[in-house]
Amino acid sequence: MTGGASLENPYLPYPVRIDDIVVETEDKNLKTFKFVFLNPEDEEKFAYTPGQFAELSVPGKGEIPIGIASSPTEKGHVTFTVNKVGLVTTHLHNMKEGDVMGIRGPLGNWYPWEEMEGKNIVIVGGGFAFTTLRSSIVYALHPDNRPKFKDIIVVYGARSPGMLLYKDELAEWEKRDDIHMHITVDATDDPDWKYNTGFVPAVTEQKVTSSENAIAIVCGPPVMIRFTQPVLEKLGFPPERIILSLENRMKCGIGMCGRCNLGDQYVCKDGPVFSLAKLKNLPPEY
Amino acid sequence: MANKVFSKDAWLEALGGLKEHYRVFLPLKDGDFFTYKPIEEAKKIHFDYDNTRLSPKGLIFPQSERMFEFSLDTQDPEANILKEAPKDDSPRAIVGVRPCDAHAVGLVRRNFDNPEYRDPWWVKHVEAATYVGLGCNAPCATCFCKSVGGGPFNEEGLDAMMVDLGDRFLVRALTEKGEEFLSRVQGGEAADEEVLKEARELAQKVTDEMPDTVPTGRLKDLPVMALFEAPFWEEVAFACLNCGTCTYLCPTCWCFDIQDEVYKTEGIRLRNWDSCMFPLFTLHGSGHNPRDQKFQRVRQRFMHKLKYYVDKYGDGVQCSGCGRCVQFCPVNIDIRRVCGLMDAYEPGA
Repeated sequence: MTGGASLENPYLPYPVRIDDIVVETEDKNLKTFKFVFLNPEDEEKFAYTPGQFAELSVPGKGEIPIGIASSPTEKGHVTFTVNKVGLVTTHLHNMKEGDVMGIRGPLGNWYPWEEMEGKNIVIVGGGFAFTTLRSSIVYALHPDNRPKFKDIIVVYGARSPGMLLYKDELAEWEKRDDIHMHITVDATDDPDWKYNTGFVPAVTEQKVTSSENAIAIVCGPPVMIRFTQPVLEKLGFPPERIILSLENRMKCGIGMCGRCNLGDQYVCKDGPVFSLAKLKNLPPEY
Repeated sequence: MANKVFSKDAWLEALGGLKEHYRVFLPLKDGDFFTYKPIEEAKKIHFDYDNTRLSPKGLIFPQSERMFEFSLDTQDPEANILKEAPKDDSPRAIVGVRPCDAHAVGLVRRNFDNPEYRDPWWVKHVEAATYVGLGCNAPCATCFCKSVGGGPFNEEGLDAMMVDLGDRFLVRALTEKGEEFLSRVQGGEAADEEVLKEARELAQKVTDEMPDTVPTGRLKDLPVMALFEAPFWEEVAFACLNCGTCTYLCPTCWCFDIQDEVYKTEGIRLRNWDSCMFPLFTLHGSGHNPRDQKFQRVRQRFMHKLKYYVDKYGDGVQCSGCGRCVQFCPVNIDIRRVCGLMDAYEPGA
């Protein structure tokens, strides 16, 4: 397990080349970018753990903090799924395979993998926040890691079938018996839709039956988190075993520029992963 | 450590002779105020300011600083690859620093130089600097260094200290850097015990006479959420214009922004001072803003300095008592009063 950007200069991105771009969603607002390091030795320095993020650096436009969607078990590249919202992301969406840019990281902490060993893992995700959860699922399902964990239960929801990320992988995971997938959409008029319909908190309440020996990791839009939290508490998850990944506006990513704090904690350096127990004692400025 | 006494004229002349060893910066009169400038720009040097309007933080943490340079020229094989921008980290002497501003460097160090990360530029700029202080014979009405762990003759963060003895300056080396500085200063005489005693007595008298009026003792023990939810923030923030003056003048405010700028095919990445007073500081791409209301931003500034920092480092507040924010706030928000409100707060009362 590692954390931290380049020791010499934590602001200096590693140069990378865009190797592949996949349009993920029907609104074309989400694209997954696969990056290859220009200097192969940088890949080793960029040793990360699921739950961490990095700053994508588009020279001339700026940097954006984005969760790492690939798993450290996938070698030779790193991937990020980016929602088009502002200056940098819009520019990035217009870039092409072969273009050179930078990534800086890995940054922040990660999901509590050591603590999750020997336990059931409940993964609850919504919308385009599923990225570090995808990293987590791929990591946990890897043959080297799968024996470390008991049941893996996933509830993942999106507005509509076309808004789900990683559709091919979701279909593959559905077929496996070592992971319990509960995919849902808010609503659909597709008569062939074979999965769930309903909001993530409701589906979580239906499908997750026990909190025994389990840790829940939750990543999604604020409204989903707000309504999922009481469901998990009702199921008996204590706040120490409800793990949330937060977002805030960031620049430096290393706890120096001052904007992403919740009290004395920086989302970029002390997070983005926090237990609900910890968050209950911090100003809710996220 | 060496101690030397200079007549005032001899001291000014000696400073002028340091060019081959240091870039010398000192407070120079700039309109109605004093500003740190290179000694070459001095028409007249007078060490008779209360303090500079802007703190000397910009000399080690420039208001705008180039981080990286890059080419966007598609013909350039190195296009889009960031290179560190060259810096001048030759030795610099910052002369006439008030003790509060030197004390602030140590408070800020915890942010830029910690076991997890080091900010390479801040660290190198500080390493290149020799801080030569000037003790405060007459603290201003807005000064409160004594309440926040400093004092008018506090030596923390200084490499050498000047004491104004009327017609002479006593200059005392406090660190190896200060020793080196003093060895390079021409002229002056070794200070005898009588001069040292005179300086000690002056420092003691000024320090004793300075009021210690800002309570900070309870901040550490009050629950963070109780202070965060305290009822006085709306009232404290009522008149605030969110102009950011307090954060720009503050020697302990370190927040910054990172931006890219491009001219034709040449680009730079730079960092600029930023301010928690501005809504953009925390605005998400989605439009959500965790601190979209003025009182939340004002609360953030005071809670950061007087509670979060206290909790994080366990060694006092993130304020050196220089009083600039008190003096220059256009609507008279006074950190001493806010600190008093926080320190006296009784949750649930």
